[in-house]
Amino acid sequence: MFDYSKYLRNEKLPHIWCPGCGHGIVLKSLIRAIDKTGWSKDEIVVVSGIGCASRLPGYVDFNTLHTAHGRALSFATGIKLAKPGMKVIVVSGDGDGLAIGGNHFIHACRRNIDITLVLFNNGIYGMTGGQYSPTTASNDITATSPHGNMEPHFNVADLAKGAGATFVARGTSYHVPQLDTYIHKALEHKGFSVVDVAEGCYTTHGRKNKNKYSSNLDMLKYQKNNAIPVSKTKDMSPEELEGKIVTGILYEETRPEFTEKYQKIIDSFKGDTK
Amino acid sequence: MTSSSSKQEFIQGNIACAKGAAYAGCNFFGGYPITPSTEIAEYLSDYLPRIGGKFIQMEDEIASVGSIIGASLTGSKVMTATSGPGFSLMQELIGYACIAEIPMVVVDVMRGGPSTGLPTSPAQSDLLQAKWGTHGDHPTIALVPNSVNEMFTQTVRAFNLAEYFRTPVIVLGDEIIGHMRERINIPEKGELEIINRTVPNKDGLCPLPYASDGHKPASLPNFGKSRFHVTGLNHDPSGFPTMDPATVAKENTRIVSKIYEQRHLVDNFETIQCEDAKILMLAVGSAARAAEEAVINLRERGIKAGLFRPITLWPFPKHEFSRLAAKADYVIVPEMNMGQLKTVAERLTKRTKIVPVNLVNGEPLGPENIITAINYLNI
Repeated sequence: MFDYSKYLRNEKLPHIWCPGCGHGIVLKSLIRAIDKTGWSKDEIVVVSGIGCASRLPGYVDFNTLHTAHGRALSFATGIKLAKPGMKVIVVSGDGDGLAIGGNHFIHACRRNIDITLVLFNNGIYGMTGGQYSPTTASNDITATSPHGNMEPHFNVADLAKGAGATFVARGTSYHVPQLDTYIHKALEHKGFSVVDVAEGCYTTHGRKNKNKYSSNLDMLKYQKNNAIPVSKTKDMSPEELEGKIVTGILYEETRPEFTEKYQKIIDSFKGDTK
Repeated sequence: MTSSSSKQEFIQGNIACAKGAAYAGCNFFGGYPITPSTEIAEYLSDYLPRIGGKFIQMEDEIASVGSIIGASLTGSKVMTATSGPGFSLMQELIGYACIAEIPMVVVDVMRGGPSTGLPTSPAQSDLLQAKWGTHGDHPTIALVPNSVNEMFTQTVRAFNLAEYFRTPVIVLGDEIIGHMRERINIPEKGELEIINRTVPNKDGLCPLPYASDGHKPASLPNFGKSRFHVTGLNHDPSGFPTMDPATVAKENTRIVSKIYEQRHLVDNFETIQCEDAKILMLAVGSAARAAEEAVINLRERGIKAGLFRPITLWPFPKHEFSRLAAKADYVIVPEMNMGQLKTVAERLTKRTKIVPVNLVNGEPLGPENIITAINYLNI
């Protein structure tokens, strides 16, 4: 049995997440991935914004920073640049990370700064009561789209890749062993890495869309039935891919990392008496 | 400052500010370009990597403050610089730094407003924004230099206060002070006092990073040394969120009173011929330069004029100002806005007549503006 307690602030449990929420599953996956790196707890910083997922740092025994809505990546950038030896992990929801935090998201990707972003992507603003987010499926009923969501949603992986992230993976809260691997590889990747994790929020989202989900378990089944490994998508048409969750390591490349480039500038001045 | 060992330079106020930051030990700057503050970022982008420090140009002003709060938590001494529109964006995370008690310096080189306003022209548009810009009750320390020399010395002081009190400190320059050139003496190392935050001695867990010994804020651990939790939620001395009304009330009060009950460490003002002044001027920054000139001119005419100049604007040096205002017949408040400082004077003055002198056309406020207003009084 894996011993989670050494990474948890056990006295802060139980957590605030609802029955059927995937966040606890992703938390445990993150802990197993961290354990596999062998990093010490003192060198790890976990940074979050505001929202359900963003309460995660309070439960883990690392250096932890619960920032303002959408701003986690900017705080994380300051930490990583000031102290490049630290292992910086950002946990964020889809509203937090892609709407109010969208500008920080694309620029963190572009800088290729060595930070891992785990995006708890349940397609809804859960904490505020279920308003539609940048990743809510079209036509879904939410608290602020009572007539159906009229907006299209982001493809997070395409967005990250287009903005310059050098590692992009997608997993789900159903396919847990695979998720462990994706998060671990993201942590070990040198550069900006994004793991988009498909989840469901039955409490604020599933309940309002009974035609799709009749229970919280159905939201997990949705992931099971619609996830498709990227290796099997080569010959599929866009129509066939509609509504599918394409999983796997979707993009990976090696490019100079931001803080290493900065250090080279610093090193070039060493011995300079000016 | 006149030590023979110090080095004379003829530089603009923004460069003096950057050099003051360097003197204070600033080793992290995160910023976003905005007129009329850019020279500060430009100077530090060149300087910081030379000393092993870090500079980053962030994607906006909100991210700029986010980056310096993150860096401050690793033990860096941090600063950003901006102007009115950017200062408005920064308010969100200035509030975060207030409640999470993170040391940082924010320089606002003020320009005309509202909105884009007059980007290249001077104003004193943010005197009240500096105090009330972010939501909720919070402590505010704001310093207002009136010369290139003070851009240097007050930036050093801003770092000292930020580190001592674990709070954001704002330096309110303006386009005139930021861009004009004056001769200053750069002090030698050791000439000016440098205060650094205290850090806990032992590594490992830091159980009470928000405990307070009287008014002195607790030591601030560095990320990487002590695992602890930081949040913008109301929290107890352990740093973890709480909704316990008694704890919330106590902590909300403490972050304000740690500064307001130690005014002797914060107060700083200049008085010029105030003791017998019947015409007392209240002015800060570049408007105070004009007021000083007006005092000299009026005294030559036999009019008992004086100038009270807060250098620490917030918290306002109310005791000394009230004492002097009570003895005067008039309090003249020259400022490059529509009466922000005047609202303070009104609160602290019972019988003395208040005469505002306002200029909001983008031009510098000069002694003639003040003297014209005083001539109308028919003294």
